[in-house]
Amino acid sequence: MFIAINQLNKQFLDKDKNPSTVLKDIDLQIEKGEFVSILGPSGCGKSTLLSIVAGLTEATGGEILVNGTAIKKPGKDRGMVFQEAALFPWINVLENVMFPLKKEMSKSEATEQAKKYLRMVQLSNYLDHYPHELSGGMQQRVAIARALAMDPEILLMDEPFGALDEQTRSRLHGQLENIWMETKKTVLFVTHSISESIKLSDRIIVMGTRPGTVLTDIKVDIPRPRDKHKEAMIKIEEHVMSYLKKEIDKVVSEELNHETSI
Amino acid sequence: MKPVYKRIIFLVAILVLWELGGRLGLWAEIILPSPTNVFTAVYVGITDMTLVYDLIASFRRLIIGLTIALVIGTSIGVLIAKSKTADDTIGSTLLAFQSVPSIVWLPLAIMWFGLNDQAVIFVVILGGTFVMALNVRTGIKNVSPLYLKAAQTMGSKGIDLFIRVIFPASVPYLVTGSRLAWAFAWRALIAGELLTTGPGLGYTLQYASDFGDMSLVIGVMIIIGVIGAVVDQLIFQRIEKSVARRWGL
Ligand SMILES: Nc1ncnc2c1ncn2[C@@H]1O[C@H](COP(=O)(O)OP(=O)(O)OP(=O)(O)O)[C@@H](O)[C@H]1O
Ligand SMILES: [Mg+2]
Repeated sequence: MFIAINQLNKQFLDKDKNPSTVLKDIDLQIEKGEFVSILGPSGCGKSTLLSIVAGLTEATGGEILVNGTAIKKPGKDRGMVFQEAALFPWINVLENVMFPLKKEMSKSEATEQAKKYLRMVQLSNYLDHYPHELSGGMQQRVAIARALAMDPEILLMDEPFGALDEQTRSRLHGQLENIWMETKKTVLFVTHSISESIKLSDRIIVMGTRPGTVLTDIKVDIPRPRDKHKEAMIKIEEHVMSYLKKEIDKVVSEELNHETSI
Repeated sequence: MKPVYKRIIFLVAILVLWELGGRLGLWAEIILPSPTNVFTAVYVGITDMTLVYDLIASFRRLIIGLTIALVIGTSIGVLIAKSKTADDTIGSTLLAFQSVPSIVWLPLAIMWFGLNDQAVIFVVILGGTFVMALNVRTGIKNVSPLYLKAAQTMGSKGIDLFIRVIFPASVPYLVTGSRLAWAFAWRALIAGELLTTGPGLGYTLQYASDFGDMSLVIGVMIIIGVIGAVVDQLIFQRIEKSVARRWGL
């Protein structure tokens, strides 16, 4: 298995130093080249899970193996795209995409590589612009190009299109799908949106909350491009919804109980 | 009406009232000389080069002092931002030092260095160092965790992370720190010069006062104020604004 997440646990200490379990016994196997979405209600630990895979957060138990090696630290084999573009405002678009390349190749090679990926996200005309001069969607595309530029095997995306409007989002879906098919990356894609996950992924991992667990693992067997198979998409959407509804109801009723108990 | 015009009209009105008041005998020339006399005094000072030499001497001390202050301030700032121990010790002491006007160090500086340039430069350095250090520290501590995470996923860490991310990310604070350091240093410089030997704007101010040349006193005061305002508004505030825009603040 390319990525193996085994019995992963994560606890945070709350204000009173009591451990609260955010992720409980997560088991997940992902094959090379798969596009996997992680879907779940707010607060179920999706970002935490992704951050552990990225090596930015330490797990309290269990392990993550990539190609058989346990992950402890961030590495260039895993590129990450955050909800906010996280571009560096003091350098221009080209230099941002060259950021991860500086050490390992000559300047001209790095420039070529960066330009190649900026072409892929269709931003070749904005090389010398600064991040504050770009729209949110363009910034996010630069962030994707930047993560791709270091040619990672795995692309981790934490609600990368969450802050964008519907049209921009749907255009970027198309671009991301093309990039994925072209580069054969393994993608772990966190999202709130059921339709987004169905449109893009091979598999959807539905997570439950408090503590975060894997509820179910749904295979999306619809030929691409998927916009042509509306009915099949709706069927899966209903299937996913039935799982999520229970979780969301659970969150809501817990919150109501909490309020009445105050 | 544009603020610039309002400002010009306001200044002209004050000048006119000031001139009129003197001519109508509302106050004696020795108490408050008229603008024309002030202007003449400054004009004479510039043509006979005395004020020009004063300016050159003052700016020489300022530039030396401020440069040293920025270098030391930045170093201390980085140190206390990065080391908890340094912050607990040096960091908290800095706040105490910062609240003391640097001119109080002058008597000590005169004992150490004599009644000369070095004593004044010392006071200028003290004026700028602490505020720079405190701003650099704040800047480094406030670097967005998002930048740090993003950089880490791209393989940056340690010194590389500091040079390529943490330091540039704190530039807005470096600029503000420099602006405040300049303002404190400028005040410290003039105060120091009042009490030491010339040439220098502060020294000439004191000298003119001793000889009852009130026109020159006011002329030098105006020069000091104008330089302070111009450097602050035309240089530092502009840089601050353009940095804030680019850094998305
Ligand atoms: N550094 C932290 N310290 C303590 N608790 C944390 C920390 N980070 C996350 N949590 C808690 O862990 C839980 C899961 O957070 P996480 O951000 O992973 O959720 P999420 O599924 O990504 O939610 P969303 O969809 O809203 O982004 C939340 O209850 C949050 O309060
Ligand atoms: Mg999240």
